[in-house]
Amino acid sequence: MNSSLRILLRSLLGALLVLALPLRAEELRLAVASNFTAAFQQLAPRFEQATGHRLKPSFGSTGKLYAQIRQGAPFEILLAADDQHGKLLIESGLGVPGSEFIYAVGRLVLWSAQPELVGGSHEILASERFRRLAIANPQTAPYGAAAIETLETLGLHETLNSKLVRGENIAQALQFTYSGNAELGFIAWAQLKALPGKQQGSFWLVPEDLHEPIRQEAILLRQGEDSQAAQAFLDFLQSPQTRALLKEWGYDTPEAEPR
Amino acid sequence: MGLTEADWQAVWLTLRLATLTTLILLVLATPLAWWLAHTRSRLRHAIAAIVALPLVLPPTVLGFYLLLLMGPNGPVGELTQWLGIGTLAFTFTGLVIASVLYSLPFAVQPLQNAFESIGQRPFEVAATLRAGPWDRFLSIALPLARPGLLTACVLTFAHTIGEFGVILMIGGNIPGETKVLSIAIYDHVETLEYGRANLLAAGMLVFSFLVLLGVHLSNRRVRLYRL
Amino acid sequence: MNELLAQIRTRLGAFELDVELSAPAQGVTALFGRSGSGKTSLLRCIAGLQRAPGSRVQCGDEIWQQDALFVPPHRRAIGYVFQEPSLFAHLTVRGNLEYGWKRVRPDERRVRFEEVVAWLGLEALLDRRPNQLSGGQRQRVAIGRALLTSPRLLLMDEPLASLDLESKGEILPYLERLFAELKMPVLYVSHAPAEVMRLAQRLILLEEGKVRAAGELNDLLTDPNLPLAHLDEAGAVIEARVEEHDEEYHLTYLQTSGGRLTLSKSNLPVGAVSRVRVLARDVSLTLTQPEQTSISNILPARIVGIAEDRDPAQLLVQLDLAGSRLLSRITRRSAASLGIGVGMEVFAQVKSVALMA
Repeated sequence: MNSSLRILLRSLLGALLVLALPLRAEELRLAVASNFTAAFQQLAPRFEQATGHRLKPSFGSTGKLYAQIRQGAPFEILLAADDQHGKLLIESGLGVPGSEFIYAVGRLVLWSAQPELVGGSHEILASERFRRLAIANPQTAPYGAAAIETLETLGLHETLNSKLVRGENIAQALQFTYSGNAELGFIAWAQLKALPGKQQGSFWLVPEDLHEPIRQEAILLRQGEDSQAAQAFLDFLQSPQTRALLKEWGYDTPEAEPR
Repeated sequence: MGLTEADWQAVWLTLRLATLTTLILLVLATPLAWWLAHTRSRLRHAIAAIVALPLVLPPTVLGFYLLLLMGPNGPVGELTQWLGIGTLAFTFTGLVIASVLYSLPFAVQPLQNAFESIGQRPFEVAATLRAGPWDRFLSIALPLARPGLLTACVLTFAHTIGEFGVILMIGGNIPGETKVLSIAIYDHVETLEYGRANLLAAGMLVFSFLVLLGVHLSNRRVRLYRL
Repeated sequence: MNELLAQIRTRLGAFELDVELSAPAQGVTALFGRSGSGKTSLLRCIAGLQRAPGSRVQCGDEIWQQDALFVPPHRRAIGYVFQEPSLFAHLTVRGNLEYGWKRVRPDERRVRFEEVVAWLGLEALLDRRPNQLSGGQRQRVAIGRALLTSPRLLLMDEPLASLDLESKGEILPYLERLFAELKMPVLYVSHAPAEVMRLAQRLILLEEGKVRAAGELNDLLTDPNLPLAHLDEAGAVIEARVEEHDEEYHLTYLQTSGGRLTLSKSNLPVGAVSRVRVLARDVSLTLTQPEQTSISNILPARIVGIAEDRDPAQLLVQLDLAGSRLLSRITRRSAASLGIGVGMEVFAQVKSVALMA
């Protein structure tokens, strides 16, 4: 075979492959709770390569994303950090009933960028060895609410209230703690696991009995009701491979629930 | 539905921040504007550009760098820790410093323009009338620059009241300490409390309008004695 | 005594300003020259508003500049009147006047506030703001303001240049009266011959940064070797005193050192002193005393100088009349036919005389 024929054949093959992809490669817009940022950024290329759909995420606190959706923001899927907002969306007709499921269960961790500060327990909280404790805004971020709950359970909320610093979302809470401006911070276990190697600092994984479980719910929104890509993503999110990865990345996964 | 105590706290905090920032900037910006207006040093272009930076930089850029600088590993943070006052992020003092930097060009530029527009002649005249350098500054420069001074004050005050991005970066949203009006409004919107947000926002709007109107009117009288 | 001595040396654009001048303790010395000849720079250097290293300025017994010593302007006892009035916009007239006044210690003040206000006719203007005054009024305020610092030296940089003709006419009498009262040297920069002729006693002629000539006003005006004598309006300026008025013929008789002059009746009272201007083109010469002529002013004179005029048909002749100098412009042909020469005794026929009042 001469070279020009080879080129022709290769082009034809390429064209066929492109055509073999799903008939419509869609763009999918997702509202994603900030704690899930790192995990999402790892999952997205896998999904995109497998299906050819393109993902366009917006990250923020669950409360903020919810408010935006209420105001008509064009998302097809919400990945919340709690299981309350999904119900609210269904009630207001913006969420597709029956589409919701728990995609991850989050863990709260008390972390400091200083390697010796947190001794694997909450003892540091009762001490005077820190000035500021960063949390996500409890009004809009479920992890922030969980942090407050934890403090209340430990009986420390009143005393520590004046030391609290509220980040706009849990990503900002992490950032405050990471930069050292807050010596301590309640952040997501998944965030901590995703931090680059050397920056591990010191931490205390908060026992689950100190707060309501952080059940993170995914829900299909009206906008995405007819979207093939949306359904494909939701399936992908529940797949065993994904679940295994989430476990590695710091999320517990619920036992597969009947849908 | 009226304003809650938390809201009033935010109002009061914002007014304090704006007032303090304006006063501090008046003291800082006047000599700087004077220098920029009169110096022939080659540094003046660079300095003028640095002063103008907050005009073009997104507030988040300023906030970001301030966070790093003020943090325990930054030069400012190390200084404050050495002085025993801890780090400045999430404090009212930190906000004041951020506001001063953020509103710097709004104070310096009107003043600089005012000083430049005076020209050389009045000072030469004053010198021939036995006025020394300080005397000339106080008795000629300041009175003739009064419209510029007023503009600088108003712009700084208004600009600080409206500050959001920088405070979002380094404020930490602490009620009574760093939760200013703009943040409070943002919070209300985020939690769908549109009524409260509206009340605060409308209040800010009316207040700002009245302040600007008042300044405009008084400026008109001042302008009357310009030749 | 407040005599002024100055040696100023500085770079001035295309040329060097290199001037040595003196001004007596009283009287007006005019600095005259074309635009760009360095007059303003000279004034500014004397005031200390401009640096001229290596220069020397002394007023009376105060040395204001010498070698490394440089007294800044606000410590020199000078009054400076700029070309534009430059009143302080944020002060009233009173505020402007008081500005320098307040900054002089009471025991060092040598003029009184009311006195200066009266000299310059400012009583009615005291509470006005500068933007409510005319150009002439503003300049009067500026002059008063400068005087109220009790200066030892008054420097005026073309003070009438920014005024229209009417304002100029309005302010000149004030200046004349003022200069008669002042006990300090006045250095008056101008490029307008009319002002100089009316106000100055001494004249310094500046050309491209150098002094071309310095001396008594009339000596320089009538010197045929100086450019002043070659102006179209060249002529002499002499002091005259009103001797008497002739009611019948509506004339006034003036006494000058060179003789008696007749002109149309003026309003000046008998005994009043004024300046009189005699244009060169109005002076013709005769060798013998003319008789039966209609010209009233015929004075004996001696020729002390002759020079070519710009117009090749004319000659300039400088005449001495018992101390006063006159300038005459006659044709070369007439000069030749009369045999005009230096030292000759002739008669000057003055066709027209103007009182500068």
